[in-house]
Amino acid sequence: MTTTLQRPDRPTDEQRQSGGKAKLTLRQRLGRWDVKYSPYLYIAPFFIVFGITGLFPILYTAFISMMDWDQVRNTGEFIGLDQFAFVLQDREFWIALRNTFSIFLLSSVPQLIVATFIAAMLDQNLRAKTFWRMGVLLPYVVAPVAVALIFSNMFGDKYGLVNSVLNDLGFQSILWHTDVIPSHIAIATMVNFRWTGYNALILLAAMQAIPRDLYEAAALDGAGTSRRFFSVTMPQIRPTLVFVIITSTIGGLQIFDEPRMYDTYGLGGANKQWLTITMYLYNTGWVKFNFGRAAAVAWILFLIIVTISLVNFFLTQRLIASDTVAKKAKPKQKQLSASKGGK
Amino acid sequence: MARRKTSTSISSGRPSWFVYGALAVVLATAIFPFYWSFLIGSGDQSTIYDQNMSWWPGGNFLANAAAVISNPAVSFWKALSNSIIVSTTTAVSTVVLSTLAGFAFAKLRFKGSGPLLVAVIATMAVPVQLGVVPLYILMQKFGWTGSLGAVIIPALVTAFGVFWMTQYLSQSLPTELIEAARVDGCSMIRTFWHVGLPAARPAAAMLALFTFVTTWNNFFWPFIVLDPKNPTLPVALSLLQANYFVDYSLVLAGVLLATLPLLLLFIFTGKQLVSGIMQGAVKG
Repeated sequence: MTTTLQRPDRPTDEQRQSGGKAKLTLRQRLGRWDVKYSPYLYIAPFFIVFGITGLFPILYTAFISMMDWDQVRNTGEFIGLDQFAFVLQDREFWIALRNTFSIFLLSSVPQLIVATFIAAMLDQNLRAKTFWRMGVLLPYVVAPVAVALIFSNMFGDKYGLVNSVLNDLGFQSILWHTDVIPSHIAIATMVNFRWTGYNALILLAAMQAIPRDLYEAAALDGAGTSRRFFSVTMPQIRPTLVFVIITSTIGGLQIFDEPRMYDTYGLGGANKQWLTITMYLYNTGWVKFNFGRAAAVAWILFLIIVTISLVNFFLTQRLIASDTVAKKAKPKQKQLSASKGGK
Repeated sequence: MARRKTSTSISSGRPSWFVYGALAVVLATAIFPFYWSFLIGSGDQSTIYDQNMSWWPGGNFLANAAAVISNPAVSFWKALSNSIIVSTTTAVSTVVLSTLAGFAFAKLRFKGSGPLLVAVIATMAVPVQLGVVPLYILMQKFGWTGSLGAVIIPALVTAFGVFWMTQYLSQSLPTELIEAARVDGCSMIRTFWHVGLPAARPAAAMLALFTFVTTWNNFFWPFIVLDPKNPTLPVALSLLQANYFVDYSLVLAGVLLATLPLLLLFIFTGKQLVSGIMQGAVKG
């Protein structure tokens, strides 16, 4: 039997083995089918939808990437790995790769640091907890496109708010839409605006799962606030930090909305200062209408993401393994989370 | 603050004013861009170029909003109703289908359930971009490009949703309840309906909320597959910039207008969003 659930009116195993099948009424037989096949029916929608809109396109991408695709006739000519070779020799692709990594680093590193500190503040015994938590999350509900429009205005080269504040403070204007690094900083700011609070809440959840007696013990041993933070809090939330790093890697390397909306043309700037890989993919596919090459770009992007995720994963394993404090406290943490989930 | 924190009373004491001050700065940073948009969006074309711009909003917001709404290139009402249709449909179907699958994975035993669940989780790591070219070709073949179906169908059920519901149900739905329903002669689907679904409600509400917000804000795929004449709100916003690139008072009024529905949603459901993120973190 493949299911644990049995109807009481069902025949026993012996009955069935001794040719009991014929004795089953239609109702009983339906009941058996129900038990046996219903689970597959319930999970079928996911696999059908994923099969058609996920798996098939992925496999087909591999196929198309070796084609010189004809948009009009919707067929292609097999040309092997030429598309990959072209992409890898294209200067624009490497610029896009550089920009993507630069924006990713500028957004993830400061964001994680700030998010950790915000989480530590929210972890205090605050008045009006919910108010502060909601306030921190507010930017998350705004569409990246909207965020990009607001910030690209604030970072305007001539009349932007940021530059007028800089001028008032006696600094030179920065050419946010012209220079490479300033444009990356502006775009990273949009990402940080939207995600810092979200990640702070995830880290806050991890902090709240830390047994309070660890802090008490540390305090008794004479550890001050900052010592407790670095010696108790940080090691304890490390697994969650790594989880946040991995998810923000996957998201960050695919960045499109913000750089696309950073100016009115959406092509990544006059010298491709803020062209990202996904923008390069879009431009190849839907501006130049070269589907074969766009598919090749998609595969390259996928391989990059997988590689980085694997590197992250192995780093994680080593970090967690080297962390004995976290290991010791783990059973307790699990209990806590289980009781929370089962409320 | 009268209460001072001593080094021994870590969990009981209230934090110092410094913490509140720092959090107030964070909050101000979160709110400021909205205020800035309102400042520019309530002025006129020249506000942004004004060296001595006032920090007090002007009186043109409604006029600017009306100009955005009536602009035929943006088709605001169409975009709004499209966004509502797409986000609602996606949220409802994701919740129903994910709960169904989660129920099966969490509480029913069947051959291959382990590997199949692993397959579901594995698909979570696959980026959208990977399949986007063939998906577009597929939609072209079906003749769906430009229609809302092209946006809704790939999002009918997500791996994340299935995973989320499986996690929740395996923890919070006692197997005895299902057995009891089966003893009473309920069919599988009725067991799901009367036992599984009610137990799943808190997590299902959370999933609906997150799916709604994510779908509402989604840009990449709708931007590729939808017609500019039949957009969702983010796609319409991108058109706004292309149409008004000199007049920021209109662009930012439009941005606020398009953001308003989600801000309202946030006011009513922000608490649930917060606890959803925190629960997901503890489990994930």
